[in-house]
Amino acid sequence: MRVGLVLTGLVLLVVVIGPFLAPHAHSDIIGAPFSPPSATALLGTDYLGEDVLSRVLAGGRSIVWISFVGTLVGVAVGAAIGMTAAYSGGVVDELLMRTMDVLRAFPPLVLILLLVSVARAESALMPLIVAIAWVPQVARVAYGAAKEVVGREFVESAEALGTPRMRIVRREILPNVMTPLMVDFGLRLTWSIGIVSAMSFLGVGLQPPAADWGLMIKENYQGLALQPWGVVVPVLCVAVFTFGTNLMTEGFARTVARVSPLEVTT
Amino acid sequence: MTAVAVKGLRVDLSGRGVDVVDCVDFTIDAGEVLGLVGESGSGKTTVGVTLLGDARRGAAIVGGSVVVDGQEVVGLRPDRLAKLRGSTVAYVPQDPSMALNPALRLRRQLDELFEFHRPELPDAARDERIRTTLREVGLGSGDQEEDDAFLARFPHQLSGGQQQRVTLAMAFVLRPRVIVLDEPTTGLDVTTQARVLSTVRDLCATHRVAALYVTHDMAVVSNLAHRILVMYAGRIVEAGTSAQIFDAATHPYTRALLAAVPLVSQRRELTAIPGDTPLPGSRPSGCAFHPRCPDAVAECATTTPDPVQVSPGHVVRCLRATRLGPARTAPRAVEPRAVRQNDVVLRVADLDAFHGRRQVLHDVSLALAARECLALVGESGCGKTTLARSIIGLHHRHSGGITFRGGEMATRARDRPPELRRAVQYVFQSPYNSLNPRRSIGEILREPLAVLSPVPAGKGRAGRTRAAVSEVLERVSLSPTVAARYPDQLSGGERQRVAIARALVCRPEVLICDEVTSALDVSVQASIVRLLRRLQDEEGLALLFVTHNLALVRTVADRVIAMRAGRLVEGGPVDDVLDHPGDPFTRALIAATPEFGAAPPGVPSAPTSREDRT
Repeated sequence: MRVGLVLTGLVLLVVVIGPFLAPHAHSDIIGAPFSPPSATALLGTDYLGEDVLSRVLAGGRSIVWISFVGTLVGVAVGAAIGMTAAYSGGVVDELLMRTMDVLRAFPPLVLILLLVSVARAESALMPLIVAIAWVPQVARVAYGAAKEVVGREFVESAEALGTPRMRIVRREILPNVMTPLMVDFGLRLTWSIGIVSAMSFLGVGLQPPAADWGLMIKENYQGLALQPWGVVVPVLCVAVFTFGTNLMTEGFARTVARVSPLEVTT
Repeated sequence: MTAVAVKGLRVDLSGRGVDVVDCVDFTIDAGEVLGLVGESGSGKTTVGVTLLGDARRGAAIVGGSVVVDGQEVVGLRPDRLAKLRGSTVAYVPQDPSMALNPALRLRRQLDELFEFHRPELPDAARDERIRTTLREVGLGSGDQEEDDAFLARFPHQLSGGQQQRVTLAMAFVLRPRVIVLDEPTTGLDVTTQARVLSTVRDLCATHRVAALYVTHDMAVVSNLAHRILVMYAGRIVEAGTSAQIFDAATHPYTRALLAAVPLVSQRRELTAIPGDTPLPGSRPSGCAFHPRCPDAVAECATTTPDPVQVSPGHVVRCLRATRLGPARTAPRAVEPRAVRQNDVVLRVADLDAFHGRRQVLHDVSLALAARECLALVGESGCGKTTLARSIIGLHHRHSGGITFRGGEMATRARDRPPELRRAVQYVFQSPYNSLNPRRSIGEILREPLAVLSPVPAGKGRAGRTRAAVSEVLERVSLSPTVAARYPDQLSGGERQRVAIARALVCRPEVLICDEVTSALDVSVQASIVRLLRRLQDEEGLALLFVTHNLALVRTVADRVIAMRAGRLVEGGPVDDVLDHPGDPFTRALIAATPEFGAAPPGVPSAPTSREDRT
């Protein structure tokens, strides 16, 4: 967990203060394409002659933002759907969960490609697309966890009081499915990073001249033999970020599972 | 012949040097039933499983010896232990639904025992033995085809009582020398319990099996055990024959346990034992019972008592054993209370209720008067919980009238006006299930206030709700500091008090209690019953007390109605019904309720030479 925190912190540091340290603007052409590292371009230049270092420093913002917001929205919406279905039962349950099942039949990446082909990929829409890809999966997790809770007597006790349904979902059920949801959030976050970089690599994500790690890999992989840094550095960044968040969330999940509710809720 | 000899047994929590049980000595002869009685946390189950050479995860047997059928069990190699378990020492668990493999048919589960322990036995003999055992536990019909059909079933196709008989059959089928029974009747109805108990008694006598019967309920072992050990905080505090324990209990703890048991024959004031059983590691010095003991003197806090023999075979671990006066096992009887019948608050008229297409309630009518306690008795599955749930508005599929003070109540709780929802409150069976584990006690108790009587936002709202929470905690005899805790930090009895407090916080007029004590120890049950009675006297609550325990009815209720298969069979004032039951069903229930003071069993009977077919 500590290693994860350090790695994630490092990446976030690059993302936050990186753009201010960049020696050049991320879309300035400063030399010949694929030129090796030099004093002006510490990591060489890319396929257009832009500075690799500056682009790496600037290119993290989009991936971190998209994967984090996308996962958060996806987990929130998925959890809401799953809990509603589990608590309502009957027709609502069938309708919601069967719809989710149909959506779940598509692998997330395929679903994303489908969505992108319908709506143009714009920076603002990207988190939403990632979110939609996760909703059915998260809904399933939340549904399973909530289904065990809804039959318990404290839920019935709230019903006997006539507590409004929304309040029951929020105050009786949600606290009891928080643990699996948090674990799920961690996993989805890691996968989101992979998916967002894959989207850019496939050309359905951000478009040039925007700086983005996934996009850089796509742009520069043909010059891999000439100027490896244009690919290796963004790949390393994505790897470190994925690895870091994974270790961190796993450690977090283990802590959550172990501690008493007192420490979780306060 | 001695089948089990335990000497100086000590079990520790691994690596912490904290003893769970210590200084445990006892023997069991072949054919003898030894009762081991104590509250939760006393270490009785720990002692039980040591006969199988086992200690719970995180604990280890660190001293003493356990000799079973001439063989030392402590320190035995795992493969030798495995050979021993099931064949020489058998175990009957508390919850058969968890102990039976849900994926295997019954025959397969019985066969497995033979495959492991007696692979040489020919199929015919094996089959014969299974059938014999089935008959002995009361499951066999004598008809081969019917038995085969039964053995082809899965555990979920059986009732709880049948499941427990199957585990008994599994324990007895290999003709063990010793059997350990860990509260095997706790989850069963009284009539089923009575049948299981008599089966155990017969089997032990027939096959000369030494049995250790672990329980928290004195009444259960009264007609079964020849000798009884009483355990407290990991020590045996009193040991003696059944007669000695029930007629001349000496240790204050044994007396307290006896006084906590409700009897069907007599309306008695139940006495609760103040405080909780101390956990391993936080047990008091000296005599562990002294903080809860009414007879304690200063010396008790400092000196650890040694066993004292008060009469032949009757050993007590108490400093004042010889100085305590005669046993006060007969607590004072209480007079039935006078209740005015005219002020009916809740009336159920001609209620029919359904589960799917099946009709579970037929034409049920009852009336509950203010300040009255009406008990509803019946076996599990008779529809008593459905009736209670229909009244509170959790069971929707019913027709017929439920009225509160003359006003019709809607089928669903949600459709009822807040005033009605406030006036009728419900306490659930299991306090382990009815409190949200993720919310603090304070939050749980504030919820009814927030939903039913929203205080207008503004100054003083937080203060007023906090005051209401502290006040209701005091009404159920809990400290206001409990509000900051979470359910898993409380004991079972404390949780049930919180559940009652949640029902009381908005000042109801009717309280429906659905088996509120069946998940609790007998001593804790006594304290909950006292609490309910006090609330009734002080606040004028009307109680609908749903239970399967007739002994409890005598103590708690003013009137009783008995229910069988969805119909009311008998009703009236408690003393009339219990002393002169009119319906055969009520008579059977009363007869099945364990009772002490009845003639204790004699010496272990001689082998009744039923041929052991091996």
